[in-house]
Amino acid sequence: MQSGLSRKLFRFKGGVEPDTHKAESAEAPIRKAPLPSRLILPLHQSVGARATPCVRVGETLRKGQRIGNADGWISAAVHAPTSGKVLAIEDRPAAHPSGLPTLSVVIEPDGLDTWIERAPLDLTARSPDEVCGALRDAGIVGLGGAVFPTHAKLSAAKSTAIDEVVINGAECEPFMTCDDFLMRERAEDVVRGASIFRDLLEPKRVLIGIEDNKPEAARAMRRAVEALGFDFEVVVVPTRYPTGAAKQLIRVLTGKEIPSTRRSPEMGVQCFNVGTAYSAWRFVAFGEPLISRIVTLTGNVESAGNWETLIGTPFEEFVALGRPKPDTERFLMGGPMMGFEIPDLSAPVVKACNCVIAASLSLFPPPPPEMPCIRCGACAEVCPHELQPFELYRFSRAQKFDKAVELSIDECIKCGCCAYVCPSRIPLVQYFRFAKSEIDARRKEKAKADATRARVEQRKAREERLKAEKAERLAAAVKTSGAGGGDGADAAKKALIAAAAERARLQREAHPPKNPETAVDAEAAEKTPDPAVKPGDAAR
Amino acid sequence: MENIDTVIIAVAVMTLGAAFLGAALGWASERFRVEGNPIIDQIERALPQTQCGQCGFPGCRGYAEAIADGEAINLCAPGGEAGARKLADLLGREIPTAGVAEKPPQFAVIDENRCIGCTLCIQACPVDAIVGAAKQLHTVVGSICTGCALCAAPCPVECIEMKTIAETVDNWKWKSPVFQIRRVA
Repeated sequence: MQSGLSRKLFRFKGGVEPDTHKAESAEAPIRKAPLPSRLILPLHQSVGARATPCVRVGETLRKGQRIGNADGWISAAVHAPTSGKVLAIEDRPAAHPSGLPTLSVVIEPDGLDTWIERAPLDLTARSPDEVCGALRDAGIVGLGGAVFPTHAKLSAAKSTAIDEVVINGAECEPFMTCDDFLMRERAEDVVRGASIFRDLLEPKRVLIGIEDNKPEAARAMRRAVEALGFDFEVVVVPTRYPTGAAKQLIRVLTGKEIPSTRRSPEMGVQCFNVGTAYSAWRFVAFGEPLISRIVTLTGNVESAGNWETLIGTPFEEFVALGRPKPDTERFLMGGPMMGFEIPDLSAPVVKACNCVIAASLSLFPPPPPEMPCIRCGACAEVCPHELQPFELYRFSRAQKFDKAVELSIDECIKCGCCAYVCPSRIPLVQYFRFAKSEIDARRKEKAKADATRARVEQRKAREERLKAEKAERLAAAVKTSGAGGGDGADAAKKALIAAAAERARLQREAHPPKNPETAVDAEAAEKTPDPAVKPGDAAR
Repeated sequence: MENIDTVIIAVAVMTLGAAFLGAALGWASERFRVEGNPIIDQIERALPQTQCGQCGFPGCRGYAEAIADGEAINLCAPGGEAGARKLADLLGREIPTAGVAEKPPQFAVIDENRCIGCTLCIQACPVDAIVGAAKQLHTVVGSICTGCALCAAPCPVECIEMKTIAETVDNWKWKSPVFQIRRVA
C-alpha cells in the first residue's frame, strides 16, 4: 500500500467517468471455454505483415504447432490452438468492423488436445535477439487490443536507455474485467512475465498501474511482487476513462507526454498489457505459444463472466456460452467506448478480442437524432489530448483533411470521450475515424506517387545514358574501321555489319546446333551468299 | 529661369532613378533566374503518377507541362474528381463541368502459363515494374505497378490482364457518417 501512496501521480486533462458495469462479469472466476466444433485462425492477427501459412490442407496438426510463419520483423506467428486436421486455408470473414474476408486456416479439432513437445526457454543461455525471435515465433502480441508484436517493442529500445517499464492493468473501458481477473487469479505469472520484459529492457523502474476500482487485483499483484521478491511498484491510479490507453497511463505514472510523432521508447518508457506479460511467461516457462486468451463475455446475457478461450473460436459458439437474452440484437467486440459491432458472427475470436458485449435496445438505446453543433466546448473539455473536437468535426465533415491535420487530428486516439459528452449527440468519434483513415490512405498514396516519380526519373536518365553510350560505340566503331574511305557513313555501316557477322560466327561456334544434319545445310547455305549480302545490306 | 532648372533637375532625377532601378531589375533577373517553370513541378506532384498516358500526353510530367500551358485539368482518369479538384485549388481554376472520367485503381497481372518471354511489356512499362529477361518468365511487381495498362497492348499473346484492386481488411476505410449526395445527371 505504501508504494502506491508514496509515488506522485500525474493527471491528464479531460477524460470521462462512465458507468463501469464491471460487476456483472465479476461474479464468477475465469472459466475454460469448451472446445468448439471448428477453429478459424486468421493469418493476420497482429500489426504489420500477414503471417504466411506453413501447413497444407488435410495435414494433421498438434496443439501449439505453428501454422503461419511471421513475415518480416513486424509480424507474428500463428499457432494451432488444439490438435486436429486442417480443413481449409481460405478467405473467411474477419473479426473486423468491415467484416471483409481474410485468409484463414480452418481446423477441425480431433478432441485429443495432443500438445507439441514443449520446452521452457532458458533466458540465461540466449542472447536478447534470440529471445525476441523466439517471442515472434511464439506469436506473442500486445493483448490490450492493439496487437503490436511484443518482440518489436523489446528490441526497438536498444538505442535509448529505458527509464520505466509500465505494466498496464488499468482496464478503463466499462464492462471489461478480463485483465482484472487475470491479475486476481494469476498474479504471479503476470509479475514473472513483467520480469522477462525487465531483463530485456533493463529499466530503472517497473510500474504496474491498476485503477482503484480493482482493489482485489491490486492486492493480489502486491502479494505476488512481495512473494517473488521483485522491486516492482504496484501503483493504484484513479478510475477515469481513458486511463488504460498507453499514452494516458504513461502520463499518469511518469508525467511524460508522448506526441504522435514519437514512440514511447524514444522517451524512455515502454508499456505492456498484463495479458501480454502473462502470455510471454507461459511461453518462456512452459513453451506454450499464444493460443488462448481471456475474453470477457457480458452485457445482455444470462451468465456474464470471463472465459479462457481458444483463439479461433467462432463468435456464434462463444457467445452461446453466456446464453444471450432473447432481445439481444447485436454483439460488440471491445468495450462500449472504442469497440465495434461484429458484422458477422461466423468470424472468430482473435488475439485482439478482449471483450464481447451482447447489446440490446434497452442496454444501448439508439442515439437520439444528431443536432447541429452549438460550439459549447464540452468535447474540448474532456479530450484527453487537449484537441478541439468541434473544430475537427467541422473539417472532417467537410472533408477538409489538410485543416484537420493542422489542428492535430493525428494526436486523436479515437477514445470517444467527445462523442460521449456531446449534448447534440453528434457521433464525433465516427467522424474522426473516417477522417483519420482517409488521411492515412492519402499519405500512402502520396508516398507511392513520390516513389513512382523517382522511378520515372531514373528510367529517363537510364534511357538517355544508354542512348549516349550507343552513339559513343558507333563513333568508336567508325574510327577502328579506318574512316579513310570516301564515304564515312557508309564505311561505318559496313564496319558494323562486319562486326555483327563476326559476332554471329563466334556465337555459332560456341553453341554447336543440336541437330547437326540440317545445321550443316543451313551453314553451307548461309556461307555462300554471305559476301553478296554484305554490300546489299550496306546499301539499304 | 528657376522654373527651367527645376524641370531639368526633376527630369534628371527621374532618369537616373529609372536607369538605376532598371539596372537593378536586370541584374536581379539574371542573379535569381529560376530554371524551368516551378508551377510544373507543383502540378506534377498533384498528379497521381500513374504514367498511363490516358490524358493524351507522355506521362504525368508531360501532362503537367501541358496544364501549365493552359490544357484542361479534367483529363486525368486515375486522379478522378478528387485529383481535378486538387488541381483546381492549386491553379485557381474552375472545375470543368464536363466531369472527369473516373477509373478505379488497377494493377497488371501476367498469366504465367501464356507468357513467352518476349520482353515487349518490360520495354513498355514506364515505371520498371515488370521483371524478367528474354525467353524467361516475366512478372509484375504488384507494389510498384501503377495500373497504367501500357503493357497490355504490346503483348503478342495477350497474357496481361488488368485487375481492380479489391477492398481488403488492410485497405478498408471507415465511411463518412454523412450520406454522400452525388449528382446523377
